[in-house]
Amino acid sequence: MSATIVSLPDQSTARIPKVNFITKENGLLSWLLTGDHKRIAILYLISITFFFFIGGALAGLIRLELLTPQSDLMATDTYNKVFTMHGIIMIFLFLVPSVPATLGNFFIPMMIGAKDLALPRINLLSWYLYVVGGILVIYTMVAGGVDTGWTFTTPLSTHYINTNVMSTGMAVFIAGFSSIFTGLNFIVTLHKMRCPGMTWFRLPLFCWAHYAASILMVLGTPVLAIAVVLLALERTVGIGVFDPTKGGDPLLFQHLFWFYSHPAVYIMILPGMGVISETVSTFSRKRVFGYTAVAFSSVAIAVFGFFVWAHHMFIMGISNYAVLVFSLLTMLVAVPSAIKIFNWTFTLYKGSITFETPMLYSFGFMGLFTIGGMTGVFLGASGTDIHLTETYFIVAHFHFVMVGGMLMAFLAGIHFWWPKMTGRMYPEKISQLAAVVTFIGFNLTFFPQFILGTLGMPRRYAAYPPEFQILNVFSTAGATILGVGYLLPVLYLTWSLKYGAIAGNNPWQATGLEWTTQSPPLTENFVVTPIMDHEAYDYDWLEAQQAKEVASVR
Amino acid sequence: MSDSPAIAHGAQALANSADSASAANSALGEHPAYQRHHFETVDQQADATNFAMWLFLLTEVMFFGGLFTAYLIYRNWYYPAFVAGSHQLNVVWGTLNTLVLIASSFTMAMGVWCSETRRRRGLVLCLSLTFFLGMCFLGIKTIEYHEKWEKHHIPGLHYSLQSFLDPAHDEAAAAYGDKPLPLDMARHTELYFFLYFAMTGMHALHMIIGIAILGYMIVRAKAGAYTTGHVTFVENFGLYWHFVDIIWIYLFALLYLISRHQ
Repeated sequence: MSATIVSLPDQSTARIPKVNFITKENGLLSWLLTGDHKRIAILYLISITFFFFIGGALAGLIRLELLTPQSDLMATDTYNKVFTMHGIIMIFLFLVPSVPATLGNFFIPMMIGAKDLALPRINLLSWYLYVVGGILVIYTMVAGGVDTGWTFTTPLSTHYINTNVMSTGMAVFIAGFSSIFTGLNFIVTLHKMRCPGMTWFRLPLFCWAHYAASILMVLGTPVLAIAVVLLALERTVGIGVFDPTKGGDPLLFQHLFWFYSHPAVYIMILPGMGVISETVSTFSRKRVFGYTAVAFSSVAIAVFGFFVWAHHMFIMGISNYAVLVFSLLTMLVAVPSAIKIFNWTFTLYKGSITFETPMLYSFGFMGLFTIGGMTGVFLGASGTDIHLTETYFIVAHFHFVMVGGMLMAFLAGIHFWWPKMTGRMYPEKISQLAAVVTFIGFNLTFFPQFILGTLGMPRRYAAYPPEFQILNVFSTAGATILGVGYLLPVLYLTWSLKYGAIAGNNPWQATGLEWTTQSPPLTENFVVTPIMDHEAYDYDWLEAQQAKEVASVR
Repeated sequence: MSDSPAIAHGAQALANSADSASAANSALGEHPAYQRHHFETVDQQADATNFAMWLFLLTEVMFFGGLFTAYLIYRNWYYPAFVAGSHQLNVVWGTLNTLVLIASSFTMAMGVWCSETRRRRGLVLCLSLTFFLGMCFLGIKTIEYHEKWEKHHIPGLHYSLQSFLDPAHDEAAAAYGDKPLPLDMARHTELYFFLYFAMTGMHALHMIIGIAILGYMIVRAKAGAYTTGHVTFVENFGLYWHFVDIIWIYLFALLYLISRHQ
């Protein structure tokens, strides 16, 4: 594939701009007390990567245990702790903040032509809350872990086990507020900080996706907070609100918990969808097909997302009528999700597609998210759900959406904006290899789990009947490949910080306002406040602009 | 970036002469000290922080919403227990507390007005009154909690069913002519009291946070802050204070009043 849109400045003369947000101030304190959204994004990037690899190591342990039918690597209660900590770390400390707190934080102000987020100090506070939450999770692990599953299901978490539920609950509570503040900041910023000419329908779709996700963060997370508070009170004082012997109902906890935690999966996936809109447009050199439809489908996902939570409880004893309604509503979410997939596909149609790494990851996203989303419809249908729930089918479905979808999107975004964040290109060939390795490893890990699930292998057990072994061996082998796929970017991206090619302002010939600035950007992003005089993804405008620049240089 | 000392000095002088300050400042390309660098204008800053405060209050609504949901469900399930539980609350203290809070909302609103019209002494007085009324509220709440403690109505720790199994010998219950509840239903009063303590306790926690911030604001206001045209902080705190009041109005109705007449 020789076709490429990459245009780098002449490497013999190009230099990284001397003054940028990284070199502006020095010393640890200038980072720890910064109000700059870009620096906070970098802080977040480092911390979430750290937790991702802890969570990933735990996933490795899970797969290693499941290599053999007996529970031999670790005791069964240790296994319970390992998968619980894997879930808690990956959900609350990686997936929820992954794209919003790093790429969203870095690029939303730049995309809308603002100098910073509306509330820089709240932004920094959000990172500190995240760190406190993270420290509490690490404390939990050192103190002996927790084995409730990441869902804290009552009455297991309140009456039957005595592991570190309190410190984990506290961690989730605090990390939740970090997420609330991020979402709140984005909403205010998108409403009040847009530059002249930047109307709502000129916003990059990345911003729309974040706006929708932020609504979910702001409205959903407080409900999780109160659910966790009640859980803590039930454990400590025994207030009875989730205790059937006192007239309480354990199911109420699940209602409150899933009222947040179902929308939370949209908090995780929507920003990823925003990334894909940007990369698909850039690497097929076309305006996103049906811009308005894609924008509103984000909002529709957010709105529908609030009314589907009980589909996690079809077998928990909710009424048949509730099952009927929630089943129907769940299927409705498939509509806006499909709108996005179709529109991206139409964007590709007759586009000038090139296959740089972000685009490879985006293709990965589109395929895997489609499979993940479709199997979600199986699970939303109450009949099949009763057969499939609590089996590996659920595990596979969730990981197809979250790892196959979100993590692919996260990596697409990291590669796509890496030159803007650091001023240097990542090495293209090896990163294309990493994208392919990730894709292969991912499918080998999780596709067998769909089959295992339909065969009836239950999740959350350290042991399983011997006839399931062959598929589990495939899955563990795949996890090893996947691990390599995730380790590679860390290595070459770190390498590129020093040795990567100088990227210049706009290596991809992309249209967003963030590409009009130097790389890495100035602390105040723009020297003069930009004026948006064209639609989003307007490649004709970009061409005219570049023609003008060349003419003026001559 | 007009940095010649003369102009800067001129801007300083203008800033001191009240009203036209911000207009003049922006005309000179300078901005007042309280404008954060990333905002284009003071208006944009005030607008954004105001909007953020409303959003934060929205998250608070959702936070309390979880408790209100629990209340709604359990009240439906265990109606007689919730009625009997409600009869144990002291409506006189509750009403008095409601009046205290509404009065504090009035003084807070006056505080915002004083801040806008740059009356330093008025602002300090209003904030101090709000502070005092907030403390009064908490004091009365303490008396009420103490009553519950004496009657062994603290769920989990210290709970007795006496008032519900034998209402004839309970002053509060007898006043309403309550019939004895069957043991099964009587035990559910504990849920009512849990929700009572959780909701009023969470509300009281918000009051304590508010009072702490008020204390800080009084000190700052005495030093002349908030009366130089930058009123956002007072305004946003006012929103928070009114919000906490509104929560109380709902709590008063749902916990105290709703079961008065059967």
